[in-house]
Amino acid sequence: MSVYLPIAEMSVNWLVIILLGGGVGFLSGMFGVGGGFLTTPLLIFYGIPPAVAVASSATQITGSSVSGAIAYWQRGQVDLKMGGVMVAGGVLGAGVGEIIFQRLQAIGQIDVTINIIYVLFLSVIGGLMLRESLMELAAAKAGAGARPRRRGHVPWIAALPGRTRFYKSGLYISPLAPLALGMVVGVLTVIMGIGGGFIMVPAMLYLLGMAASSVVGTSLFQIIFVTGATTILHATGSKSVDILLALLLLVGGVAGAQAGVRAAQQLSPEKLRLALALIVLAVAARLLFGLTVQPAERFTHYGPA
Amino acid sequence: MSGCRAFLLAAALLAASGASAAPAPGLITELSQGRIEINTSFKGADLLVFGAIQYPGGRVPDEAPDVAIVVRGPAEPITVRRKDRVAGMWMNTDAVRFESVPGFYAVATTGPVAQLADDRTMAIYEIGVGGLQLSPASGASAETTASFEDGLIESRRRKQLFAELPGAVMVTGAVLYRARLQLPSAVPVGDYAVEVHLIENGRVLTSASVPFTINKTGFERWIYVMAQDQSLAYGLVAVLAALAAGGLASLLTRRR
Repeated sequence: MSVYLPIAEMSVNWLVIILLGGGVGFLSGMFGVGGGFLTTPLLIFYGIPPAVAVASSATQITGSSVSGAIAYWQRGQVDLKMGGVMVAGGVLGAGVGEIIFQRLQAIGQIDVTINIIYVLFLSVIGGLMLRESLMELAAAKAGAGARPRRRGHVPWIAALPGRTRFYKSGLYISPLAPLALGMVVGVLTVIMGIGGGFIMVPAMLYLLGMAASSVVGTSLFQIIFVTGATTILHATGSKSVDILLALLLLVGGVAGAQAGVRAAQQLSPEKLRLALALIVLAVAARLLFGLTVQPAERFTHYGPA
Repeated sequence: MSGCRAFLLAAALLAASGASAAPAPGLITELSQGRIEINTSFKGADLLVFGAIQYPGGRVPDEAPDVAIVVRGPAEPITVRRKDRVAGMWMNTDAVRFESVPGFYAVATTGPVAQLADDRTMAIYEIGVGGLQLSPASGASAETTASFEDGLIESRRRKQLFAELPGAVMVTGAVLYRARLQLPSAVPVGDYAVEVHLIENGRVLTSASVPFTINKTGFERWIYVMAQDQSLAYGLVAVLAALAAGGLASLLTRRR
């Protein structure tokens, strides 16, 4: 049951890794999130060195997103133009993220920074999503289902110059907004080993005001390219991509993602959002707990640096 | 196992007939393997260290001296950081850098480690985890450095990368000695040394050193070398493999 990972330099139980990938892959297909925000902490918890966990999780997300993206593509739910702009931003952001990552590593604050960013982002986004989905569910129960969706009403985004049409997304906005969004997500991909779907999906809905049907597909499309670029950055920089670990995660992940896409078609979007909100908040709470409770091991050490 | 026994027998005969005129005893040391190979199914390894003590003039004493067997991996510099509570959160604050920390260190002895010799002798020969010379490089006080050193050692112990095994050395007939040491799967690759020390009344009579290596082989080695030397190609292959796996899964499930 055990296999030795060549880059992580340790022996792991391959079944555990495959199951871990499968569980996260299910969420990936279901919500359009990469699931890295679960994979990375779980791998570190299992004992994989953090640098290897972050890098290999990015590689795994590329693969698990591809099956999800193809599934959405076949339903015509990917906005290529929007996705292209966000990929450009994402690759730029990945480059910036790599520089920040190395600076933080040098002063020994990378772990706590990652955790604080996770807690902040996850609690804000989880809270927003929870509020939104609860209001929608309440409205649906009251029979007032005709509540109009807030779309494209963020004034400063609408005021950005160079507006262009994104047909699939049903938008007429400046490409600067999705470019900036892609960039922020690119930075986070490198630092945290996440696809960033859990930030992108709500931002595309509530900030850009995209049509809900093409949000998840387009987000997966962006994730493929940006995590791919991140894998190459990590492979050439910190040399911490463990291809065996990534492929093991993928074996479970691709199967999970397909199941997730199917499950998503059966459920109402409001309920999906409520479920994702609760998962996101739970992870945030767990991380906050970890930050404030005295660690079992107060001393950590890092290799030659 | 029978081959190993035969060797021990030969060593014993050699020790018994040894007409060495040197006043200090000699040591013959052999390892079960001179090379440990890490492959896909590597789960750690057992290292058997065995050998014989050659007494001057072949006079075997009634009571055997103490034997300490040290297995030491390649050393590297390490920065240790301590977490403190800052604004309710635990984060890294102080750091101490140690210039020479062995990636693996295990000592097997005949008796309790602390009773072998005085601290100075233990430090000279680096016998026992407490005797390790980690070479702290920062200008911190001795007290601070010591607490960081304890933290580092404790962390390494938990990962089984540092170990003390009192009583793990068996001595037969005051001549033959053997010890079995376990190397965990997280053991670093590189050049290792096994040092055998013969200790009597707190004095090291003689020492012997035998090298061995731990290396990745086959598929593991190929991946490791690719990742180090051809990192761009390796990164591209990783991405393509991920894409292919995802695409394949998508095709398979659509067919169904």
